[in-house]
Amino acid sequence: MDARHKLVDLAAFMDRVNRGEGNPDFRYQAFLEAVKVLGEGGNSRAAAVLEVFSDPTSEPIASATTKAACGAWPGELGESGAN
Amino acid sequence: MRYIEPHGHMVSRTTDDYTAMVSAGCEAVCEPAFWAGFDRSSADGFYDYFCQLTEHEPKRAAKFGLPHYSWLCINPKESEDVGLANEVLSLIPDFMDRPNVLGIGEIGLNKNSRNEVQVLEKHVDLAGSRDQLVLVHTPHLEDKRKGTRLILDVLKSDSRIRPERCIIDHVEEHTIKMVLDEGFWAGMTLYPESKCSPARAIDMLEIYGTDRIWMNSACDWGVSVPLAVPQTILEMRRRGHARDWVDQVAFQNPVAFMRQSPKFQVPSGSH
Repeated sequence: MDARHKLVDLAAFMDRVNRGEGNPDFRYQAFLEAVKVLGEGGNSRAAAVLEVFSDPTSEPIASATTKAACGAWPGELGESGAN
Repeated sequence: MRYIEPHGHMVSRTTDDYTAMVSAGCEAVCEPAFWAGFDRSSADGFYDYFCQLTEHEPKRAAKFGLPHYSWLCINPKESEDVGLANEVLSLIPDFMDRPNVLGIGEIGLNKNSRNEVQVLEKHVDLAGSRDQLVLVHTPHLEDKRKGTRLILDVLKSDSRIRPERCIIDHVEEHTIKMVLDEGFWAGMTLYPESKCSPARAIDMLEIYGTDRIWMNSACDWGVSVPLAVPQTILEMRRRGHARDWVDQVAFQNPVAFMRQSPKFQVPSGSH
């Protein structure tokens, strides 16, 4: 029941986003990529979902322009403060 | 049940929280220095905070019969200003010998910037030069995996730092393996909205075992649950885990790590 409840909640969230207007959000694009992971086999879906949202680079950024994380990597442009 | 809260920001919590924690079986609480939710305007603010962590809060906890320990640093969220960080770092040695200070923490990274790395290296040097335990904060959300890798590399680059004397906190499914594989301790933080849920934390214990892992609430001024550890213990029992297995994670492991500091006293009520 708990998983069913969470799944329906996610479905409702996606419907809500579709009903909305405005420009695409990189966080939602990452979310859709992560949803695809759920259909894959294996025993490491949780790690795979977290990987989808993660910064794939390895070098420190030039400077921190914000303190907060936003949930998904905005890309190199976002890290420079443009996002 | 008995447990230790190895990561709680009690200066942000109420006396009701102390009562609830002790009633639920908490036998010691450990408080790393952290971000206040706003930037302090000068090193003087940190001086007062360090006094609070080493003088006032232990007395407040003692009123509830709870031993209180602390860790000192400038949090990575305030490390972008290297000048301020250097001033704060210069204050820390005068506090290190205070009786409830277990080590340096919670140091680490937030946005994985060059200045944050520089300040992290200075904290690691301070810990290495004084043979201190280290408690590490890993970044949030999208920054966690990269930041965890950078942090482990910094720690491993200093030959004085022994991984078994470092706890890497806030691990999740995509970072726990690298932490454990490289000999460090791993902390799982039980949060309602981010980090780990009780169910996911127990999943990781079932997958990776109970060696070198602890769990904490990291309760602070934000959305957090000071009883997250005992609530997770209940979930462990619901899954059928033995009392010894639960006690290992909730009590014995934190004791094993922190007693590496001679200042940590194993709670007298324990058996």
